[in-house]
Amino acid sequence: MATKASRSAARLMMAPAVILLLGWMLVPLCMTLYFSFKKYLPLRGGDLGWVGFENYVRFFSSSAFWPSVQATLVIVGGVLVITIVFGILLAILLDQPMWGQGIVRILVIAPFFVMPTVSALVWKNMFMDPVNGLFAHLWKFFDATPIEWLSQASMTSLVIIVSWQWLPFATLILLTAIQSLDSEQLEAAEMDGAPPLSRFGYITLPHLSRAITVVVLIQTIFLLSIFAEIFVTTQGSFGTKTLTYLIYQRVLESQNVGLGSAGGIFAVILANIIAIFLMRIVGKNLDA
Amino acid sequence: MARTVTNQRKFINTVAAWAVGLLIFFPILWTILTSFKTEATAIADPPVFLFFDWTLENYRVVQERSDYMRFLWNSVIIAGGSTFLGILIAVPAAWSMAFVPSARTKDILLWMLSTKMLPAVGVLYPIYLIFIKMGLLDSRVGLTVVLMLINLPIIIWMLYTYFREIPGEILEAARMDGATLREEIIYVLTPMAIPGIASTVLLNIILAWNEAFWTLNLTAAKAAPLTAFIASYSSPEGLFYAKLSAASTMAIAPILILGWFSQKQLVRGLTFGAVK
Amino acid sequence: MNFKTAFCAASAIALVAGTGAYADGHATTLTIATVNNGDMVRMQGLTEDFTAANPDITLEWVTLEENVLRQRVTQDIAANGGQFDVMTIGTYEVPIWAAQNWLVSLNDLPAEWDADDILPAMRGGLTVDGELYAAPFYGESSMVMYRKDLMEAAGLEMPDAPTWDEIKAAAAAMTDKDAEVYGICLRGKAGWGENMAFLSAMANSYGARWFDEEWTPQFDTDAWKATLTDYLDLMNNYGPPGASTNGFNENLSLFQQGKCGMWIDATVAASFVTNPQDSTVADQVGFALAPDKGLGKRGNWLWAWSLAIPAGSDSVDAAKKFVAWATSKEYTALVAENEGWANVPPGTRISLYENENYTSAAPFADMTLNSINSADPTNPTVDPVPYTGVQFVAIPEFAGIATQVGQEFSAALAGQQTAEEALAKAQALTTDEMEAAGY
Repeated sequence: MATKASRSAARLMMAPAVILLLGWMLVPLCMTLYFSFKKYLPLRGGDLGWVGFENYVRFFSSSAFWPSVQATLVIVGGVLVITIVFGILLAILLDQPMWGQGIVRILVIAPFFVMPTVSALVWKNMFMDPVNGLFAHLWKFFDATPIEWLSQASMTSLVIIVSWQWLPFATLILLTAIQSLDSEQLEAAEMDGAPPLSRFGYITLPHLSRAITVVVLIQTIFLLSIFAEIFVTTQGSFGTKTLTYLIYQRVLESQNVGLGSAGGIFAVILANIIAIFLMRIVGKNLDA
Repeated sequence: MARTVTNQRKFINTVAAWAVGLLIFFPILWTILTSFKTEATAIADPPVFLFFDWTLENYRVVQERSDYMRFLWNSVIIAGGSTFLGILIAVPAAWSMAFVPSARTKDILLWMLSTKMLPAVGVLYPIYLIFIKMGLLDSRVGLTVVLMLINLPIIIWMLYTYFREIPGEILEAARMDGATLREEIIYVLTPMAIPGIASTVLLNIILAWNEAFWTLNLTAAKAAPLTAFIASYSSPEGLFYAKLSAASTMAIAPILILGWFSQKQLVRGLTFGAVK
Repeated sequence: MNFKTAFCAASAIALVAGTGAYADGHATTLTIATVNNGDMVRMQGLTEDFTAANPDITLEWVTLEENVLRQRVTQDIAANGGQFDVMTIGTYEVPIWAAQNWLVSLNDLPAEWDADDILPAMRGGLTVDGELYAAPFYGESSMVMYRKDLMEAAGLEMPDAPTWDEIKAAAAAMTDKDAEVYGICLRGKAGWGENMAFLSAMANSYGARWFDEEWTPQFDTDAWKATLTDYLDLMNNYGPPGASTNGFNENLSLFQQGKCGMWIDATVAASFVTNPQDSTVADQVGFALAPDKGLGKRGNWLWAWSLAIPAGSDSVDAAKKFVAWATSKEYTALVAENEGWANVPPGTRISLYENENYTSAAPFADMTLNSINSADPTNPTVDPVPYTGVQFVAIPEFAGIATQVGQEFSAALAGQQTAEEALAKAQALTTDEMEAAGY
């Protein structure tokens, strides 16, 4: 149905987007690649010559490397699980008939509008502070010793903060999907005497698989690069140094651009592995 | 609704949903409340919720220390500008992907998304050098372009999924009537796509508004948006919860209000093709 | 063709967005990067005095939290971004940046600025090869701040120059955890300017050092082990909860709320803890020199937040005018007039400590001056070292290394590892980074 003319017109229309993104990807990537083979220390005069793979060796053999990959995966995985599980529950709840549905939806969606820096600052100071935070007051009210959230439960705290930010997003997408579910199908199952749990397992969940994939894909993209939340709360202490943060530390705190660039290249590769992996699943799901 | 629902069940639903909703909203509510307290009340033990002497002092102090309107204006221009530019570039691209798909369309789309996975920290140094060379540091133009590029893949994808829901027959009918490509886009496609474009615009404004890495690193004074405004209140000397809350409220209020007023459009568009 | 129109429209909009509100004629605009500390915020409020005298200069403030500020200005100066005309930096950055010729010499500031009035310790730290590269805005050392009432109730007396053993005994006597009074509050938050500033200075008094004369890291020595063990011991037994995330600001707020018996930290804190508006214990605070171990060095540091002009600035003359104004005697008098003598920026000028208005309004003046004078950045440790700096090592790699070491020590304070493990990791990562830097 597409004519030759419309095909070339289509190509022309895609060109600006493709060229811009290609440039946005390739130019910095090539420069990073270039730096990664250099000894480049801005505070010592900048370019100090080629060093081959030394930066890579150093980055991978550093004791901070594997823990950072692990921390990255824990945060991404933890937030995904929490937002999807609670997102489904919340979506089902919001789909029920009730009074003031619109207002509840407004309340639930609100965290999505809050800047990451602001939400991290608010959580860190006003909730998780072990002396003046609300949680500390709550714990003391029950005569318990307040938890030192950001040091003793640093990862949990981070996952809580980030999940709070992303739960609205997951809920909304899942809610839209649930609302598109054929209610007659559910009713028929209900009449056949299928218990709620199996109705959920056999009808709702398969229907949601597509939405879940989308949530996983979009959130992974954003979660892999979270930075502000860590910078504001723990600054990478107590095992919260993700790969992104480790690179930040190499480039900006140590001012070792070569070393940081080697890490950057690795992060690109890791992101692409995850991307390909995700795309496979999504690609399949998107065709359906 | 075909199902009959007892009032009792509706009541339970309502209570449960409101409880969860308020719980999720609570941190924001607490921040707004705290912004009207004195610094001493802000850390009072036990905490006070509503019955305190409400004061606007914190807002006065924050405004006196930093010119809020300037940061706000920068945020508006950067978020709005990058969204506008992004839409201009994304609409034709998404159109051609949706209506003239080729074997590689999906690959291109997925590749575009994958560019979003580049760790910003890793490429900060190169981008910084490029910006210096081009004289774009601390300029709203530079920041607008960067934010547009960052969010372009998401815009394209959202528009693509939206366009795909528009039946192709309508376009063909228009073509039969002799409409040119341009007319087809302006008179047939755009009106149908307005809701989709609207929600894409909204989502993108939110993403650009809240972006805190590039906006902080590529600006100093002239182009600094609200993310930089917040960075001067994060942990000063002495008690600061109330002032931090006031600054936070000022930083998130515009986007919160925009989001609430337009939540229907936003929600409708937030499917990313998840619903079929 | 629609692209053409689109692009034209887009670039037109971008241009309008970019040039919009900032057509400001011929006036010089100075962009000043500063930290959001109280004294700087106060300066921001007083700039009318400067702009009234210099109507052709407009000031643009970039006020950032300390960590963000450091990252921004370092990035900018290293890449020669030229975004700032005046930067607020410390005694750590000045010698390193000056060596790269990144800073403008301030030797030609006007005679009435009176460079000879600057405290020698401060002036020395900001001078490289006879050229002054930054003007000190306020200076600090560290000292013991303690609660006289609690000491009295415990039947103890704080000597003017205590030892670490006496500090420990006092901390034990004052601690009353049920009443939420903790004998000692110290920095625990990771960062080269946070816990490592304190710990490096403490280590100096314990006879430890960062590197030996061959630049070999020294965390495997007994002196470091004794330092860290005693620090953890003090904090675990007599410190407040959540100490591993407490920095200067957190401890300040704890002390002001009456929750600390002692606090060893920056001398500038003295004016905050004795200010009755903010502090519940304002009239009960005593001061003493930082403790020692009988080895000839005290655990106090030396720091000056200073104003420097990057070589990339295009308004050097205007910037010099501003720097001279902000660090002048007249500025001090201006603050005194508006906010009272106790609130003037301390620790930079000899004349301030000879001024009776100040010494009578600031009970901490003598102890501050003594602390500053007793710190020796060129000879900071018991054993000889190849570096300068008391609580830092003036090499570019230090910030990165010390922050990571600080994270290990902070994790030890949080109970996630032992002192031995933390020291072993610190030794390994420091060795690694120093190798990478080519030592």
